[in-house]
Amino acid sequence: MWQSSFWQSSFWKNLVRWFHKWTSPKWFYNLSRPLGAWIGWLALLILVVSLVWGLAFAPIERLQGNSYRIIFIHVPAAFLSQAIYAAIAALGLIGLVWRIKLAFYLAKQSVPIGASMAFLALVTGAIWGKPTWGAWWVWDARLTSMLVLLFLYLGLWALHNAMERPESGDRAAAILALVGVVNLPIIKFSVEWWNTLHQPATLKFTEAPPMHISMLIPFLLAILGFYLAAVAWALKRTRLEILQRERRTQWARDELDRLGGNV
Amino acid sequence: MKLSRLFTRVLQRELQLAYRRRADLANPPLFFLIVVALFPLGVTPDLERLATMAAGVLWVAALLANLLSLDLLFRSDHEDGSLEQLLLASSPPTLIVLGKALAHWLVTGLPLTLMSPLLAMMLALSPAAMPLLMLSLALGTVTLSLVGGIGAALTVGLRQGGLLLTLLIMPLFVPVLIFGTAVVQAAGAGLPWSGQLALLAAMAVLALVSAPLATVAALRIAVEE
Amino acid sequence: MFAFDSLADFFAMGRHGLYVWTAYGFAAAVVIYNQLSPYLMQRRMVADHRRRQRREQGTQPASSSGVTPS
Repeated sequence: MWQSSFWQSSFWKNLVRWFHKWTSPKWFYNLSRPLGAWIGWLALLILVVSLVWGLAFAPIERLQGNSYRIIFIHVPAAFLSQAIYAAIAALGLIGLVWRIKLAFYLAKQSVPIGASMAFLALVTGAIWGKPTWGAWWVWDARLTSMLVLLFLYLGLWALHNAMERPESGDRAAAILALVGVVNLPIIKFSVEWWNTLHQPATLKFTEAPPMHISMLIPFLLAILGFYLAAVAWALKRTRLEILQRERRTQWARDELDRLGGNV
Repeated sequence: MKLSRLFTRVLQRELQLAYRRRADLANPPLFFLIVVALFPLGVTPDLERLATMAAGVLWVAALLANLLSLDLLFRSDHEDGSLEQLLLASSPPTLIVLGKALAHWLVTGLPLTLMSPLLAMMLALSPAAMPLLMLSLALGTVTLSLVGGIGAALTVGLRQGGLLLTLLIMPLFVPVLIFGTAVVQAAGAGLPWSGQLALLAAMAVLALVSAPLATVAALRIAVEE
Repeated sequence: MFAFDSLADFFAMGRHGLYVWTAYGFAAAVVIYNQLSPYLMQRRMVADHRRRQRREQGTQPASSSGVTPS
């Protein structure tokens, strides 16, 4: 009984209305503009503080010396690349099930951000590997699964670009992202297993000693900064995607005129 | 009963079609043979060193040979319009897709499996590992055909489909490659291999259950495109 | 507190300077790419929009099919 009254309550109806407004591309476009700017500036502030802190003020690490300072960019990038992939899959599911175009746009424009983060994690991992392991590239479990993740990202992007109709690209990429997200744990498990089989005793560097508080604070701040930056970039890119898809509507034309005046 | 009859009908039709294009059937085994023959030329003719790589080389070559033939899985159906009929038919499309994937396995995975001992001998793989090479290939290529079917469906209408298919599907083949090779290596070294084989089987079952769903969803997009 | 004795020390990073600074350089490049690419995208879109408009104005009296596929 209470259930039916809940679905008819004004609270629920308002929630649905609010949701539909937000998922309408035009509304999202207008509301995300100030939001994106705020998040962007906050991200910049936090990133500058955390990275300067990590580079110059955090104490030197006992075992690895100063090369450990790469952690302040390597780990956030690695976290983010995985989180973004999960988000893309979730958005794809939302788009497929509820036919919400905005979810597709957000998913599509998150792909290059996630790919760049996977790339950054790989490059910094390789650079960090040189002083730590003595080689630029080691077939370490985490590096290898990060490489596979980068390939998954590139596949998503290529699929988007290959489709003639962007709507088809949205749905195809959503299916691929879902297949990928189901496979990702299996890939990670298999690579880890393979790694322990072939390399019994390598140095595991990120989990060696527990971090001192003076390193932990800039580390957590850097993670937060990268996350916020990614959100700001995703909002900006999604707004452009909306304009591109709606370029034939009057409001989008007006907006393009306005942007043309500014640029 | 009715579904199983439908399934056998799909299988029959696919095999008949494959028989009509006999020349295409020879491609994956030939590719397999050539890639395996290139390795000693590129690396070393030393049998002892070849033996240590044999499992990996055979598995990588089989995987590539499988990939090569995936591109054609739905292409002709898409071009002559029978794909649309397939999706509109009253019979469950997942079953038809499953039948097509199984037919693909019968004309690629199975021949590759059957010829693998010959190539394994050329690479001096230990005889103890031979039965497990065949078993792991037979099981693993089922997964490859099913998962590859998703990629084939996603790229069916596209001009540069083949290249894109490789990019989309290769990352998903990684676990099969790892455990397939591991079974053979463990058997060659006299170590227990049943766990790895069980994992291969589990992946095949998972693919059997879930891949047709994704394939059908992807085919629907291709038809609309 | 500054973790190094001098500014030269800071840049040297105790023999690991090359690694640390290259890694941070790549990070800066990725940040700049992510920051810049939307603006390049926007410039391209505005240019496309202008071209479309000009074409529509040019053919305005004759044709009603002002909407063109890009």
